[in-house]
Amino acid sequence: VQIAVNVNGTEYTRVVEPRLLLIHFIRDELGLTGSHWGCDTSNCGACVLWLDDLPVKSCTVLAAMADGRRVLTVEGMARAGRLDPVQEGFARCHGLQCGFCTPGMMLTARWLLDHNPDPTDQEIRAAISGQICRCTGYENIVRSIRWAARYESGDQA
Amino acid sequence: MTADSEHIFNKTYGSVPRKEDARFLRGKGTFTDDVALPGMLYGAVLRSPLAHARIRSIDTLAAQAHPSVEAVITGETLAERNLAWMPTLSADVQAVLATDKVRFQGQEVAFVVARDRYAARDALELIDVEYEPLPAVVDARTALDPGAGLVRDDLDGQVDNRIFDWSAGDKAATDAVFASADVVVAQDMLYPRVHPAPLETCGAVADMDQVSGRLTIWCTTQAPHAHRTLYALITGLPEHKIRVISPDIGGGFGNKVPIYPGYLCAVIGSIITGRPVKWVEDRSENLMSTTFARDYHMHGEIAATKDGTILGLRARVLADHGAFNGAAQPTKFPAGFFHIFTGSYDLRAAYCEVTGVYTNKAPGGVAYSCSFRITEAVYLVERMVDLLARELGMDPAELRMRNLVRPEQFPYTCATGWQYDSGDYPRALRAAMDMAGYADLRREQADMRERGEYMGIGISFFTEGVGAGPRKHMDILGLGMADGADLRIFPTGKAVLAISCQTQGQGHETTFAQLVAGELGLSPDDVEVVHGDTDRTPFGLGTYGSRSTAVSGAAAVVAARKARERARIVAAAMMEVSAGDLEWVDGAWRVRGDPEKAATLAEIAMAAHSGLELPDGVEPHLDAGTVYDPPNLTFPFGAYVCVTDVDPGTGQVAVRRFIAVDDCGVRINPMIVEGQVHGGLADGVGMALMQAIAFDADGNCLGGSFMDYLMPTAVECPSWELGSTVTPSPHHPVGAKGIGESATVGSPAAVVNSVLDALAPLGVRHADMPLTPAAVWSAIQGRPIRSDLAIT
Repeated sequence: VQIAVNVNGTEYTRVVEPRLLLIHFIRDELGLTGSHWGCDTSNCGACVLWLDDLPVKSCTVLAAMADGRRVLTVEGMARAGRLDPVQEGFARCHGLQCGFCTPGMMLTARWLLDHNPDPTDQEIRAAISGQICRCTGYENIVRSIRWAARYESGDQA
Repeated sequence: MTADSEHIFNKTYGSVPRKEDARFLRGKGTFTDDVALPGMLYGAVLRSPLAHARIRSIDTLAAQAHPSVEAVITGETLAERNLAWMPTLSADVQAVLATDKVRFQGQEVAFVVARDRYAARDALELIDVEYEPLPAVVDARTALDPGAGLVRDDLDGQVDNRIFDWSAGDKAATDAVFASADVVVAQDMLYPRVHPAPLETCGAVADMDQVSGRLTIWCTTQAPHAHRTLYALITGLPEHKIRVISPDIGGGFGNKVPIYPGYLCAVIGSIITGRPVKWVEDRSENLMSTTFARDYHMHGEIAATKDGTILGLRARVLADHGAFNGAAQPTKFPAGFFHIFTGSYDLRAAYCEVTGVYTNKAPGGVAYSCSFRITEAVYLVERMVDLLARELGMDPAELRMRNLVRPEQFPYTCATGWQYDSGDYPRALRAAMDMAGYADLRREQADMRERGEYMGIGISFFTEGVGAGPRKHMDILGLGMADGADLRIFPTGKAVLAISCQTQGQGHETTFAQLVAGELGLSPDDVEVVHGDTDRTPFGLGTYGSRSTAVSGAAAVVAARKARERARIVAAAMMEVSAGDLEWVDGAWRVRGDPEKAATLAEIAMAAHSGLELPDGVEPHLDAGTVYDPPNLTFPFGAYVCVTDVDPGTGQVAVRRFIAVDDCGVRINPMIVEGQVHGGLADGVGMALMQAIAFDADGNCLGGSFMDYLMPTAVECPSWELGSTVTPSPHHPVGAKGIGESATVGSPAAVVNSVLDALAPLGVRHADMPLTPAAVWSAIQGRPIRSDLAIT
């Protein structure tokens, strides 16, 4: 099938197999390898990206389902060379180690802060509970997201 | 501590942000599956659906006829090239693709190379394998019974499923101690089979250049140099024509130490097709076929006086290594470092026996941040000490405090011969108890018990042994465990450090730059760290067993100090003074008594590259290299306290608090150290409460996806409470010890002790991990379940 997808503000038109998964479309067809694949069963969240305005696990979405829609991946998070506060928070709070889960975690965090600018730690933990990190024990991911929330509320420079 | 005490608090040490983050935050990391080469093909592995079966025939004609398929490889194809079997890291052999029998569910049977990933999978469906099913050997406890099937009939002289019998310690002395003890407590316990499950699965891209004869392999490997040697030995290709590139690694935890059949299939696929071949396993393949951890059936006995002096420890272990003995550990230690099982206690005698057996399960046996089986050892002794405390009616913290090795006993030689380098154990335990508010917690627990609520307080004290290791004791397949480091210093005073070890998230690019910068008076930004490419780095054994800082880190420091000593001679020539008149102060060689007269490394580097006349025999430039052979392991330690709440109606366990005081000697980057601890604590909670790879009676794996084999998420993990003490290693050049696995080693026992402490009023003495709601509930009912088998 032919699909037209807007990824990080750029329109891509491609002919793809109907069974092609969105994660493979993004990675293999478009070469945007920041989004990762980790489990096949929608458990790990390494493949989280935004479809229109919602984070989705792109290993469980067909590329064809993204036709006519917008996709945001980690490559599109920084604006005009400036890191998103969530990215900045992950750097400052050591919110990543191997970096494999990080893009998905940051995209979920961005969605959370867009909808709940001042989340509690429990709300942050609940928001990322569909995603697995094997390195950080989550502590510094929570701190990173909290840092971004405070930054955006003007509490810290 | 060495005389270089100024390096304990080196100016460049500290929680500086990581250099590697810049690429990961932007999605610009390069993981193996991100590598895309022109003309690249994709491989997929056909795996056995059966745990034990004879292969009657394999028909690949239909697969070969698939329009996108370039090659179909079977064991027969490999046998023609003498590649059907490969050596494991424990000097056993493992089938690359099965020729005679399949020996575990998920074993590699055939390999398809096709023009895209989906087509490769499609073609697997077209291969027709005829199997003759055989009874599976599933239960390690009956694997040595006379009627048990023979898993390894391929091995000459193998008449049963025994791999090894091994023992350590003084049996007679231990028996004597037990015979005279007031109290002896015994317990059977299982450390179930678990899997490290890094978020990135294993994979490789192999590119055989037919013209130059060079083979390049991008691969998820924690040990690129060891892999290069193995590829040379297996394939017969000359080692200097092989380049192993370990790009960014999405977590390793030991899973990426061995060579897997899929890697070799990608190599052979590239040799056959003349094109690059990528193979990346899926999650089920990762969980079902790559190296697991633990699977230790243990019987422990502890002997003590009635006033609580621990006298001795005995253990008998049945170790399930699966179908091939692929344990990645130093050659002389078939049970890894399990015999460090006396833990942190000063006791008179100890003896352990370990028997390894083959079963029809996935091969392997060490991985998962375990420090070569110290995880199992710590779990055993920490459970036994808790059981002893209960038998004696003593507080488990008090019993531990009474028996810990005392600070003045270091260096301490334990009953099985390990020499612990340094420690102050009581200080760490006190720190953890203070942070926890131990006395208050005990009061709260008593109040809750009055109300019929079940709260547990669990303690674990561990001693690790990491940084393998002295060459005279430790090698892997004959390769001594020493690491090289090459330091190049450019005329403008910038430096590149090339190291053999391989980060999987530990932040080597940052920490190693801090180490070198600290020795040379540079900024860490002035030092670039190169790793993960055998063409660009010196030989070394890789990153596992928490050995990077302990071995490669030491190598980096030694190389930097060599450069600094050469810089002293150059500086003396520059300033026309005697080298003996110079002292290294504040990042410069300064004239003693005239500190304003000084030369920084950048100034000296330029002079070293100039035409400056140097004393006879002194080489120009400042480059330096070394190979570091550690004199001993380093022995980090720690005290952990875990607080749980248990619902006796459902068996649900909630971890309320977790306090971890770690001592890993000098901390180069405390932020990174704490991150390592955080991750290990989550591992421990996962293993203690939710993880086990179980099998049914036919050998079907019941933990083949993240829906069945559970990972802790942010909601099961508490906010970790960390503390630290610093007892430098006396033999490491900056006093550092490894930290990567401490928390994984130490935490499971704390969680389990906590849950069993909570259940004490209900009469539950022991229950095996994972303490799932079902396991806890069954234990409360007095009918404990086996977590390793689901046999109906």
